[in-house]
Amino acid sequence: MSGANRIKGHGRLTPARAVRFTFDGKPLSAMQGDSLASALIANGIHLTGRSFKYHRPRGMLSAGSEEPNALMDVGRDAARRTPNVRATVQEVFDGMQARSQNRWPSLAFDVGGLNNLASPFFAAGFYYKTFMWPKAAWKKVYEPIIRAAAGLGVAPSEPDPDHYANHYAHCDVLVIGGGAAGLSAALAAAHAGASVILCDEQPETGGAFHHETDTTIGGLSGWDWAQAATAELGAMDNVRVLTRTTAFGYQAQNHVGLVERVTEHLANPDPALPRERLWQVRAKQVVIATGAIERHMVFANNDRPGIMLASAARTYLNHHGVAVGAKVGVYTACDSAWAAAFDLKRAGVSVPAIVDIRADPDPALVARARELGIEVLTGHAVLDTSGGLRVKSMKVGRPGGGSSRVIAIDALIMSAGWTPSVHMFSQSRGKVVWDEASQRFLPGRNVQDCVSVGACNGVDDLADAVTGAAKAGHEAAKAAGVKVRKAWAAPAAETQTSWDGSMMGSAAGAGADTTVKAFVDFQNDVTAKDIRLAVREGMHSIEHVKRFTTNGMATDQGKTSNIHGLAIAAEMLDKPLPQVGLTTFRSPYTPVTFGAIVNHSRGSLFDPTRRTAMHGWEEAHGAVFEDVGQWKRAWYYPRAGEDMHQAVNRECLTVRESAGMFDASTLGKIEVVGPDAAEFLNLMYTNSWDKLEPGRCKYGIMLREDGFIYDDGVVGRMTEDRFHVTTTTGGAPRVMHHMEDYLQTEFPHLKVWLTSTTEQWAVIAVQGPRAREIIAPLVEGIDLSNEAMPHMSVREGRICGVPTRLFRMSFTGEAGYEVNVPADYGQAVWEALWARAEPLGACAYGTETMHVLRAEKGYIIVGQDTDGTVTPDDAGLNWAVAKKKPDFVGIRGMKRPDLIGGGRKQLVGLMSRDPNIVLEEGAQIVADPNQAVPMTMIGHVTSSYWSENCGRSIAMGVVIDGRAIKGRTLYVPMPERTIEVEVTDAVFIDKEGVRLNG
Amino acid sequence: MAKSAQAYRTEPLAGRVSGSAGVQVTPASPAIRVSLRADPENAKALSKALGLDLPFKPKTSSGNLPGRLAAWLGPDEWLIIDEAGDPLADLRKAKVLHSAVDVSHRNTAILVSGEGARATLESGCPQNLSDAVFPVGAASRTVMGKIEVVIIRTGETEFRVECWRSFSDYAFAFLSDAARDCLA
Amino acid sequence: MLLIHCPYCQEERPELEFRNTGEAHIERPKNIAAISDEEFEAFFFIRTNPKGVAYERWRHVHGCARFFNAVRDTVSDKFVTTYKAGEPRVDVVRGEDGVLMVKGATQ
Repeated sequence: MSGANRIKGHGRLTPARAVRFTFDGKPLSAMQGDSLASALIANGIHLTGRSFKYHRPRGMLSAGSEEPNALMDVGRDAARRTPNVRATVQEVFDGMQARSQNRWPSLAFDVGGLNNLASPFFAAGFYYKTFMWPKAAWKKVYEPIIRAAAGLGVAPSEPDPDHYANHYAHCDVLVIGGGAAGLSAALAAAHAGASVILCDEQPETGGAFHHETDTTIGGLSGWDWAQAATAELGAMDNVRVLTRTTAFGYQAQNHVGLVERVTEHLANPDPALPRERLWQVRAKQVVIATGAIERHMVFANNDRPGIMLASAARTYLNHHGVAVGAKVGVYTACDSAWAAAFDLKRAGVSVPAIVDIRADPDPALVARARELGIEVLTGHAVLDTSGGLRVKSMKVGRPGGGSSRVIAIDALIMSAGWTPSVHMFSQSRGKVVWDEASQRFLPGRNVQDCVSVGACNGVDDLADAVTGAAKAGHEAAKAAGVKVRKAWAAPAAETQTSWDGSMMGSAAGAGADTTVKAFVDFQNDVTAKDIRLAVREGMHSIEHVKRFTTNGMATDQGKTSNIHGLAIAAEMLDKPLPQVGLTTFRSPYTPVTFGAIVNHSRGSLFDPTRRTAMHGWEEAHGAVFEDVGQWKRAWYYPRAGEDMHQAVNRECLTVRESAGMFDASTLGKIEVVGPDAAEFLNLMYTNSWDKLEPGRCKYGIMLREDGFIYDDGVVGRMTEDRFHVTTTTGGAPRVMHHMEDYLQTEFPHLKVWLTSTTEQWAVIAVQGPRAREIIAPLVEGIDLSNEAMPHMSVREGRICGVPTRLFRMSFTGEAGYEVNVPADYGQAVWEALWARAEPLGACAYGTETMHVLRAEKGYIIVGQDTDGTVTPDDAGLNWAVAKKKPDFVGIRGMKRPDLIGGGRKQLVGLMSRDPNIVLEEGAQIVADPNQAVPMTMIGHVTSSYWSENCGRSIAMGVVIDGRAIKGRTLYVPMPERTIEVEVTDAVFIDKEGVRLNG
Repeated sequence: MAKSAQAYRTEPLAGRVSGSAGVQVTPASPAIRVSLRADPENAKALSKALGLDLPFKPKTSSGNLPGRLAAWLGPDEWLIIDEAGDPLADLRKAKVLHSAVDVSHRNTAILVSGEGARATLESGCPQNLSDAVFPVGAASRTVMGKIEVVIIRTGETEFRVECWRSFSDYAFAFLSDAARDCLA
Repeated sequence: MLLIHCPYCQEERPELEFRNTGEAHIERPKNIAAISDEEFEAFFFIRTNPKGVAYERWRHVHGCARFFNAVRDTVSDKFVTTYKAGEPRVDVVRGEDGVLMVKGATQ
């Protein structure tokens, strides 16, 4: 036997299968199939944690996912450790380590418990009112202390070693909940021929049959029928049964998120298995069969360990074979707690008294209790309880006053009735409606293709639940478009347990408001008094009451507390309950791990890493890479002993002295094909393309409609009706999108098509005085002479035996080529070129050298020297704007008054007076360094480098009316000093451009 | 001019193999691929040139690999894949207005085959890939994980995943990760 | 994740394949170079941002790549209908149940 409180002959667990686990370091034994909660109770442990705010001792309230108290840190090792796990949901496995939370130094003696003594100071709204002043103290003093004292578990500090899986799933009918109703609906839908997914959060289906044992369906006990039904479903090809699977989020158009706990219950899980699976289900129809959740009674000191829901005690007894105590008191407003009392008594547990707040409960129940020798106190209330770390007694009397007596107990079970679990329905955006007859909120009109069945829809009778759900399952299959094969005949069903009777709000007779702690929300430590206080302080909407008191805002989403809180507020406001309204339920239904949410997107799968065809060579040759969007680009190639600065200086000198090779593959490329291709480019770019001859290329500027520079690049005309367009690396997808947008929606009459060819071509830039010498022997079919192939031309031919589009162009100011080859040949062609280049003293260079070389020539980089508010004129690129074109994107925007008036920031060169000072990119520029702070900023630095070729620093920046003040001294104030700069032309090398044509 | 050796070809996923008990994940053979764009009224002549009926119905394909396959990607867009012949050369014979762009090296493909092939793809693709909605021959541009792909169902338990070259590393790694749980 | 009916693919496809591209039925003036500052402002900067019936442009960017138009209820987040680019604006009415539907269509 594992645990003193295990009752022989009770429960459904197999005695032969024992498991060992620890709780706060203490070794304990349990049985396979135990929840952590049932295992602890079997070992006589009710004290499982300290409450959130007052650090009050707490134990299990429930036996399900609604649990507000028994939150623990559960794990196998330091990395596999999860805080805030509900002990009532977590199954015990061999070697499990469970720890209580929110206590110091120990669970039994907790310093934070002083909060409980000081609790008059911690009423609702206390934080808002007390820690207002001084303002600065909130962040530095109050918040850290409050957070340290409150709070729950501690997140693990080690990386999660497990993996997680995602599955998109599609089905005709998704059934949420595997109780009698859910199983009936699933069977009916499945037999009709629908594809069905049935999920249930528990290890086994059966729902309320975990506690209700006096049931029969189709001649079997309810539990046995549920297991048989599940087996039948599991054997059908069109059905997927998912246990340990919580539907946590109901999104638009029947998109429902399920999380399946795959290995959380296993002692030695197969490492191939994911810890959890996220199922993203898209269902044509959803059947919600989520049952009902029992409410506790709200009375003084109703939170001591050992006080729990009646259905929980019944589950522990009938399912786990565990008695929650030896002397169990009962306090109820609902019939179902009587059934729990009867089960306990029959199992040999002493039940000193059933206290029913109702004056006239069902006489049959009273007679039954007397038969079993249980004292019955009708019209009575439990006025208080005693006991430090476990309940010891209950004080019983009539609510109106008069005499009372104390009854010794070691557990107290309670029921204030059942709340239909409308969370999923509410998440589907359905509005609940108040049912006056049964005094509860029920699902109203369905706004998605769903239906609620069984207890969550207010159906109390088991037979009605089964037949109603079967009908709903059948109809759901039909509505999903299934050609119904046959109707499943719902079996006869019967139960002895009545769920009649309910009360909402605090039970009467619990004494003065000032001293009494009658808990409504256990997880957030909200009492009835707090809710009354909130109303007195002017919170008249339930949404305000909720936020002021935090009632229902803990991770349990107020599953047990919402209705009580609402009823107390309604009573205070003297309004009917439905007029006060119910707060909205939001996903997730229960907490979901980050692992399940990110699933596959971890490590290298977090974000795609894009590499070019030459990446392998670059890596082998020592390149340091930089991230440019998702691309890895070779940044610089340090040789032994070189730092970045030295490597870049060497690369810069080498390119201008000899030559360099650069991987330009990431530049965006778009093939523009069709008879109207030139006309389309006329509209997309500021330039005119009509006169560009095939075989020539041109630098183009693209604007947005507002007149600001959007992208730039070189465009080559391959044939009359075919252009090879290049874009910036970062701009490739958005430029394609931008061009498609205009083509499809504004200029659909144009006969032209766009195809992204960014990745079709590997691009090797060979730049420098010896560029032609390097490539010439490898090129076939192209005359490379200056006369035949001048700067800004493009030819098709072959290189190293493979096709090439060879561009004569330059982003360095040197004569150079960009060799485009089909990407799979990129590495081989690069190697062949390198074999030529290296002996000639050329180098491979990276993006940093590319940046420096282009800045030496004053070539802009869109996105660095422009920021979305720069016009062609601002950038000094007016020469690229066609003056005679009737239309192009941005033609009107760039003529807006603010863009053509004076006072625009214009792109200029900047030279620091001290040539050794390299300005900081982004630094602000002022005219007068001695003005008062805040200074008037007239520009900023956009690009700045050390230029080894110039032997000094160079920079570009935008300055108000900068072109008109060349030669003037401006200032860049930095924290440590103010730097003098001279406004100059932005071309620092070869102003005449003779090298390009070399 | 010295005749240089023909450049060798490096396929992005060369030498990679992956999979699990339920699925094999393998790089596809090189193929000639064409992004073909044309008004549907000119498709007849293009079909003739290609020797295959270009599909007009969304999400469908015609033809078979290793021969020639044409997938409908949009109302005026087809992806032609051919592991044997040269569709670019054939299209040059068509005199009707169209755009044919060589994307042989832009794309690469991964073959996903076996009992768990569909489940492997369903880890990353939000489309309904069931037999009824995505039968053999179905083809669609869509997403898988964080990238765009074209999925072609080439057999009951066989899929071809086309993606851009630089995304193939991600695609292969994603499919390998998903393969672990394809029999769930 | 929404399902969006693509008028070109003729079926509902997952939202991940789509991109919203702003308000629909704003035509770029044919004589854009000649319009006044006020006209340019109205064309380029001013958007309606309605509560309720919204006409939107979407692109099936990871599908057939077509741009199309949609009518959506910004209160319920539901699509009422979608139609091809270039087709005229589809009128919608709010039914007694508060749900938008295409004018003239039967519920």
